Amino acid sequence: MSGQTDQDGDIIICENVNKWYGEYHALREVTTTVKKGEVVVIFGPSGSGKSTFIRTINRLEEHQEGKIIVDGIEMTNDIRNIDTIRRETGMVFQQFNLFPHLKVIQNVTLAPIWVRKKTRKESEVKALELLERVGIKEQAQKFPGQLSGGQQQRVAIARALAMEPRIMLFDEPTSALDPEMIKEVLDVMKELARSGMTMLCVTHEMAFAREVADRMIFMDRGQIVEEGTPEQIFSAPRHERTKLFLSQIL
Amino acid sequence: MAVATPPQQHARIPFYRDTRIIAIILQVVFTLVVVGGIWFLYTNMIEGLRKANLLPSLSFLSQPTGFAISESVIPYSTESSYGQAFLVGIINTLRIAITGVILATLLGTVVGIFRMSSNWLLRNLATTYVEIVRNIPLLLQLIFWFLLTKEFPRVQDSINLGGLLYLHNRGVTMAWPREGDDFSSWVPWLWVGLAAGIIFYIVRRVQFARRDRPGVAAPQAFLISGGVVLLGLVVVRLTGGQWPLFLEIPQLNRFNFVGGSTITPSFAALLIGLVVYTATYISEIVRSGIQAVSRGQREAARALGLTNGQALRLVIFPQALRIMIPPLTSQYLNLTKNSSLAVVIAYPDLFYVGNTINNQTGQAVPVILMLMLSYLSLSLITSLMMNWYNKKIQLVER
Repeated sequence: MSGQTDQDGDIIICENVNKWYGEYHALREVTTTVKKGEVVVIFGPSGSGKSTFIRTINRLEEHQEGKIIVDGIEMTNDIRNIDTIRRETGMVFQQFNLFPHLKVIQNVTLAPIWVRKKTRKESEVKALELLERVGIKEQAQKFPGQLSGGQQQRVAIARALAMEPRIMLFDEPTSALDPEMIKEVLDVMKELARSGMTMLCVTHEMAFAREVADRMIFMDRGQIVEEGTPEQIFSAPRHERTKLFLSQIL
Repeated sequence: MAVATPPQQHARIPFYRDTRIIAIILQVVFTLVVVGGIWFLYTNMIEGLRKANLLPSLSFLSQPTGFAISESVIPYSTESSYGQAFLVGIINTLRIAITGVILATLLGTVVGIFRMSSNWLLRNLATTYVEIVRNIPLLLQLIFWFLLTKEFPRVQDSINLGGLLYLHNRGVTMAWPREGDDFSSWVPWLWVGLAAGIIFYIVRRVQFARRDRPGVAAPQAFLISGGVVLLGLVVVRLTGGQWPLFLEIPQLNRFNFVGGSTITPSFAALLIGLVVYTATYISEIVRSGIQAVSRGQREAARALGLTNGQALRLVIFPQALRIMIPPLTSQYLNLTKNSSLAVVIAYPDLFYVGNTINNQTGQAVPVILMLMLSYLSLSLITSLMMNWYNKKIQLVER
């Protein structure tokens, strides 16, 4: 691929990443590069290592072999590197993981205040902007437990965006949602994709992938089986495994 | 097509089938049974006491006791009244309960955190301690600690720990701060230090508020206060030639220690026993509280770039505390009530003193009622405070 030579455009570089859970080989020689502004959808059967893979990018999981470079910083055991990379990457989880003891607005301002050392007022202004962007400004003073799943996930996106990350990681953001709430979250993600954010999404929302993904990665048994543009993946998958999987979920 | 008969609606129900009326009747019957039972027991008891010529009365409270109490914070002698003796008991119970609760909380928290440590040795030491201590009856443990303190050498051969702490069979003697002759010239420094700390704290808070930043001012305020107070110590020493406050080192003369502060073997054994025992339960509460906060919370906090410490302080601990408060309250109440086991190692707590009063006056009923009422009040006050706190930090859902 031409992107690999273009050092400036590459924001995430993974080379031969390996990870084991005890005997279990969870990631095998994962090698890929993500360009600035690219939207990448990662999909694959359960247990294929897709969640594990995006979780190694901000070190929620440690990789044992290989190289991960995020925004020019190599992910090592150096706590300073880890913290810097985490500040540059926002993450949205399947289970939202909002802080239930804090109001929505406090959820969004917590990290800017304590990590970015912003003033409370500044962070609150920014937080309200973000909450408006994800369409739930009026819920700012409520607690997470008072919101629906879709609303909570949108708060989670706003919370991640509040750190002004350069990369957003989505780990099955719609899998825990009722069907009618999936759309509201996907709409927010589409808007974000169009705004030029670099995004890595683990998701099975194929319509979303077709619409906004620049590239799709199919993973199985810890390895990248194939990658390509949505048209290519949907119309002419190269591997039997990809064909089979797509036939099952489409 | 079959014509279904419409169900009879709003028909009058006979009263003995009406659930609302049944509920009321049951409650009335229950109340009658309870009141009747109490009345029966009460009249029976009064009758028995009348026959024994021991009608309950509180007049004994103002009479002199004639017995000594081995330790008391307030002045007490054999001439003091039963009422005063009772008060000594209450104070002694409070003394053990308050120190016990504080120390058990500290020890329990540390052990609870050790039990989750990645350090193999720490984790297993903590687990062994918890599993041994909580599986042996407390009564047995108190006697064990008491016998252990009794096995300490005679005062003359005390076990010397750095010259500051001596263990012997009459208790534990330790170095203790004492006022020197120039103490009064140091007092102003105390006030100035206190004022400086408070002023600094307020100024910082106002600054934070004005610049709209979060921040902590308390540690620096403490440092400033402490600094002024220490400076005062040095200044008074240099000008007056004597320390205004000094650590009095216990000195052994022929038969006993002079100076320092001594706690009795009973108090030491009771305190150690209660703290070591209760801390095992508290450690489990701390551990389960922290573990009950989902992994996702820590991950979300870390993914946002919060440090481990910030994640613990701002995200994990506030949530763990909510889970920990109710069982922690139970343990505080248990410790307070368990302190009545002091009777077996002769620490003059409320129950011990009450028992003695009962033996001397024969006023079993009023004494036991007073004891129960005292423990009940202590427990209810603790409960109320903890419930208030719990309510204050409860999560809002829906």
